[in-house]
Amino acid sequence: MAIALAAVNALTKRFGDKVRAPVAFSDKVTGRDELSVTLAREVIAEACELLKQESVLAFDFLVDISGVDNYDTDPRFRVDYLLYSHKTGALLRLKVAVPEEDATLPSVAKVWRGAEWHERECYDMFGIRFTGHPDLRRILMWEGYPFHPMRKDFPLEGKPSNVPEVAFTEAAPLQGGPFVTVPAEHAGEREPRIRENALPADVRDNAKKP
Amino acid sequence: MADSTTTIGYAGRLEDEPIITRLDAAVDWVRKNSLWPMPMGLACCAIELMSTAASRFDISRFGAEVMRFSPRQSDLMIVAGTVTYKMALSVKRIWDQMPDPKWCIAMGACASTGGMYRSYAVLQGVDKILPVDVYVSGCPPRPEALLDALIKLQEKISREPGLKNLKKVAAASAT
Repeated sequence: MAIALAAVNALTKRFGDKVRAPVAFSDKVTGRDELSVTLAREVIAEACELLKQESVLAFDFLVDISGVDNYDTDPRFRVDYLLYSHKTGALLRLKVAVPEEDATLPSVAKVWRGAEWHERECYDMFGIRFTGHPDLRRILMWEGYPFHPMRKDFPLEGKPSNVPEVAFTEAAPLQGGPFVTVPAEHAGEREPRIRENALPADVRDNAKKP
Repeated sequence: MADSTTTIGYAGRLEDEPIITRLDAAVDWVRKNSLWPMPMGLACCAIELMSTAASRFDISRFGAEVMRFSPRQSDLMIVAGTVTYKMALSVKRIWDQMPDPKWCIAMGACASTGGMYRSYAVLQGVDKILPVDVYVSGCPPRPEALLDALIKLQEKISREPGLKNLKKVAAASAT
């Protein structure tokens, strides 16, 4: 925690009011003792460079970059960076708000090479573009797919799309499929089960016989 | 029963005498007993596919042990696992690279219908992009089920009017 606090101080000294007050998360049971700090998005690349290069901080490992869609709030998106230092064992979480109308962020792929794929995934799933990324292609969906599936307004079953000569998608039969989940209080009752009329009546009755 | 005076071995008489059959039957007999699978292993079904090929179940008893990792040398694609939309591009491409005549077994729930993956990312059945001859249920199917599918496919092949198809192809290419 001391290292993480020092990191926040270094960030505040360099970027002033572009760094918001940090939020601590401590839990005795799990032994977690972490710090999250929210930054303005224009300084994120410089901030990461600083955190990695400063010898006392030495955040040499980018654990993950994750996108968050806070649908119906403004700004809509948030991107979290989880940093770790192999030298000190310190953990630090950076949060950056990204508005929907201009969903871009400076890339940190130059700071950590590993950020390249994380940013590609974030772009693929949320449609957040990373400026200065060396190769910003989709990573999970096929190239040319028109949607960003992890957005809250995108249905789980998907949407139909068609790129002639390349590929197509169809909406999966979620309700009409063979398995259904019934809302219930207990997890055991919520478990996906075969739909009541998925099988012909005679097959179903035979299956119920002891 | 064989006694001490009987010679057990290859029936020498067959070598001397001609066997009369239809050409289709002969061609189909040759084809069905020497299927070269292209193991399209995409998920956990591939593990069952491997054990089908291994000694306990031994797919070579049915003449289909020559797993080829080149589509150009194989004539049976066993789609074993979840076909995501991204992988579907490769599956289709590999299928197109396989020379005719070729067959396809959709192994397991995912390859047949998308299975439990009712999702934006998964193709809802490989039959949306290529023709499937035999579907195998199960998640994953046991090796016996795959062997059963193979035998069913062999039965199907043995009924194929291969010569008629050949004429059709020749007529199509002539025009």
